[in-house]
Amino acid sequence: MHRVVVIDYGMGNLRSVSKALETVGGNITVEVTADPAKILAASHVVFPGQGAIGACMSALNQLDLAGVIQTVAAEKPFLGICIGMQLLLTRSDENEGVNGFDIFSGNVRHFDLPVANNGRHLKVPHMGWNEVHQMNSHPLWQNIEQDSRFYFVHSYFAEPENNAVIAATTAYPDSFTSAIAKDNLFAVQFHPEKSHHAGLQLLTNFINWDGQS
Amino acid sequence: MGLAKRIIPCLDVDNGRVVKGVQFVDIRDAGDPIEVAKRYNEQGADEITFLDITATHHNRDTMVDVVEAVASQVFIPLTVGGGIRTVEDIRQMLNAGADKVAINSAAVTNPEFVREAAKKFGSQCIVVAIDAKRVSAEGEAAKWEIFTHGGRKPTGIDAVEWAKKMVDFGAGEILLTSMDRDGTKSGFDLELTRSVSDAVVVPVIASGGVGKLQDLTDGIKIGRADAVLAASIFHFGEHTVQEAKQQMASQDIEVRL
Repeated sequence: MHRVVVIDYGMGNLRSVSKALETVGGNITVEVTADPAKILAASHVVFPGQGAIGACMSALNQLDLAGVIQTVAAEKPFLGICIGMQLLLTRSDENEGVNGFDIFSGNVRHFDLPVANNGRHLKVPHMGWNEVHQMNSHPLWQNIEQDSRFYFVHSYFAEPENNAVIAATTAYPDSFTSAIAKDNLFAVQFHPEKSHHAGLQLLTNFINWDGQS
Repeated sequence: MGLAKRIIPCLDVDNGRVVKGVQFVDIRDAGDPIEVAKRYNEQGADEITFLDITATHHNRDTMVDVVEAVASQVFIPLTVGGGIRTVEDIRQMLNAGADKVAINSAAVTNPEFVREAAKKFGSQCIVVAIDAKRVSAEGEAAKWEIFTHGGRKPTGIDAVEWAKKMVDFGAGEILLTSMDRDGTKSGFDLELTRSVSDAVVVPVIASGGVGKLQDLTDGIKIGRADAVLAASIFHFGEHTVQEAKQQMASQDIEVRL
């Protein structure tokens, strides 16, 4: 039986993530926890995150979870969501600069008042359902149609240095990286737990994933 | 192709039941919030908003139960408004499964509350709800003021300036309701919608007055709203969310079909 852990560091709505996992789960347990022992004992780890990235990193440090996250990110099927994706990069421009875990080389940047084809400024945050263009045939994309819409809400986006880790892109209006993957790691800027059928399918795929890409 | 414009059914909730006020009086019962939310989810709603219409007068914990029940079964974004006054109110709703909270009267009473809330929980979950009423006479330059307490209390504050200020304070989205149009089924106040949408960088949800599908399309195309909110047009089965999206798509608006 799979033991899925959602890392709880007090940032954001974890109930939706855990309820969505339970809904698609079948024979699994889902636990929302900050207990390092439970996180280390999990078969699958979900690393969510909402709000300001500086506050997220401080909360992780206060709970002494940074080391645990690096350990599980090196060995278990690991899904980062939203800030949980951004924190895997080297550094974010948000909050006057915040260092991430540097598991993926690259920076997290702000949308600079994007301009649409009609010359009008697009709104920031980038909020709503946008198309996710899959760049590879990763197991987490199984049974998800190319260019399916997922729910986004963010003002910053990841810019990985190595194009090979880009698992999906999205246009706003320029293309940005909406998912990254390498080895046992998969991370998304959108919210699968709020993305109806496509999102629940991605969570199903994650639970069924053995961490081999 | 890119970001889709959103259709947001709004459920006015009173004591755990969905109701819709016509100009905030003459309330009709339109059902159980969980069943209604599930139905809208199946129809392709992009988000669902719950407004606790009596919370300004009475505190009601039933809303927390409603949000918990819906969030366990419906996996699209949920917004809760009505009577959100403290950091603890916000925490309670987010923990129950809401993704965003809409702050209305409390922002007017204490604008710093919006700043505090955005700092604590992030702008992405802080919606400021603005109830605006046209105060300019015909022939004058258009001007709107914000009203609180279900549209009963004037504040003397200019609606467009207020929207800008709330975004400066950390609002991640504006829910803009025309009190002149709410419940009238005569369409959004498009001039108001456009004035606010052009004035702020964050998304604007148009609300108040939808009577037919074309009103939703007009809110996006003429009002330049990023999302449109409606209640009675969907509650009584006049139209489905899917029909509304097809109508919008037929007029070249990008939607999630």
